[in-house]
Amino acid sequence: MSDPVLEIKHLVKRFGDQTVLKDITLTVEEGEVIVVVGPSGCGKSTLLRCINALEEIQGGEIRLKGAEVSKTSSNLAKIRQRIGMVFQSYELFPHLSVLDNIILAPTKVQKRSKEEAKEEALALLSRVGLREKADSFPRQLSGGQKQRVAIVRALCMHPEILLFDEVTAALDPEMVREVLDVILGLADQGKTMIIVTHEMQFARAVADRVIFLEEGVIKEEGSPDQFFEEPKTERAKEFLKTFTFERKRSRV
Amino acid sequence: MPDLGLEVLLKGKNMARILGGLGVALRISLLSVMISIFAGILMGMLMTWKNPISRALTRCYLEVVRIMPQMVLLFLVYFGTTRIFGWNLSGELSAVIVFSFWGTAEMGDLVRGALISIPVHQYESAAALGMTSGQIYRYIVLPQTVRRLIPLSINLITRMIKTTSLVLMIGVVEVLKVAQQIIEANRMNSPNAAFGVYLTVFLLYFIACWPISMLAGALEKRWR
Repeated sequence: MSDPVLEIKHLVKRFGDQTVLKDITLTVEEGEVIVVVGPSGCGKSTLLRCINALEEIQGGEIRLKGAEVSKTSSNLAKIRQRIGMVFQSYELFPHLSVLDNIILAPTKVQKRSKEEAKEEALALLSRVGLREKADSFPRQLSGGQKQRVAIVRALCMHPEILLFDEVTAALDPEMVREVLDVILGLADQGKTMIIVTHEMQFARAVADRVIFLEEGVIKEEGSPDQFFEEPKTERAKEFLKTFTFERKRSRV
Repeated sequence: MPDLGLEVLLKGKNMARILGGLGVALRISLLSVMISIFAGILMGMLMTWKNPISRALTRCYLEVVRIMPQMVLLFLVYFGTTRIFGWNLSGELSAVIVFSFWGTAEMGDLVRGALISIPVHQYESAAALGMTSGQIYRYIVLPQTVRRLIPLSINLITRMIKTTSLVLMIGVVEVLKVAQQIIEANRMNSPNAAFGVYLTVFLLYFIACWPISMLAGALEKRWR
């Protein structure tokens, strides 16, 4: 077995005197899809932001194929090129066309030729069904379209791992599907991913391994079938119950 | 129709002189605007620094510029420096110095406002793509800042053009001064000229500022 893509050891993250992540240890293998679930404020998003060094960490270490990821490391920009991240609010660059949004970093950061980057960007756009939107501007797209462009933008950098931070949380229900389908497709291609989501059906379908995070601690971790069918901890059971609805009122 | 005394403009070289005066006013203001835009962008970036010393200094600078009337600044630079340092600055150079000093502060404040209005997520998503902070500024932050600046800075630029009329106080012969000279010279034979000549000056200022507003409108539309 090859070396893991990502290794997190005893990660501690504090905001002031509040500890948000307490001693997180997690290893992600090549091609693995990890889904992180948990109640709001449990530290899921913070975990992703730490992996991309958008947050400083107060303890432990994060390594991407052996290279340390830290906000203070000198080659941070180099390491971030190898980690793709997609945000909840898309964060496309509003002053650039869809195509320019995608090829900006490949051409300016990775110094690839414009023709080659453009060709790849268009191929990727076709794959997510947005080839004809290449020259549009972000403001002309729907939320789901923007999010698919944001995914393509991350993909075009050829990242070794992709991080998805509640990418469907800001979308209308019909648009959720089109974005999740794209991510499922990426999973089928064997991309290594960490996905934070509230879509439990999707989590179950896409995950190789589910992590249940609560109050900054990994409370449970297991295969999707095991986690969703018979969660080991009481807390996970309660959490999953919040996604099912029952009518208690009897008909009179 | 009352006699506006417009015929004095056709006498001798009066029309050429008044246009020459406009040229002087525009030369001073465009040069100052150019300097203010570039220095103002740097100043604005400096103003967003969290360092308390740079903060205090830029704050002081901005307040001084806002509080001091431009005319006082003009006198200070034109007359003051001659007495104290023995410099013999020309009126035009003094004007450019004062207007750039003023414009840089005001422009800097506009740039600061535009910079902090760029959401932090824009910086983060650019950083997540592996851009260095220099690249983030150059490709993401500055282009968006410039777009937000256009409407605000047009107001400043036209204000600067209009305020150049103050330089007649330090002996620079610009459009308003030429107008006064023409009116004075024709006081006896064309006493109504004051109205017509000043009206012409008004129209000239309008013609100078109008295209700038038009350009701003066009850019805003294109970059919307």
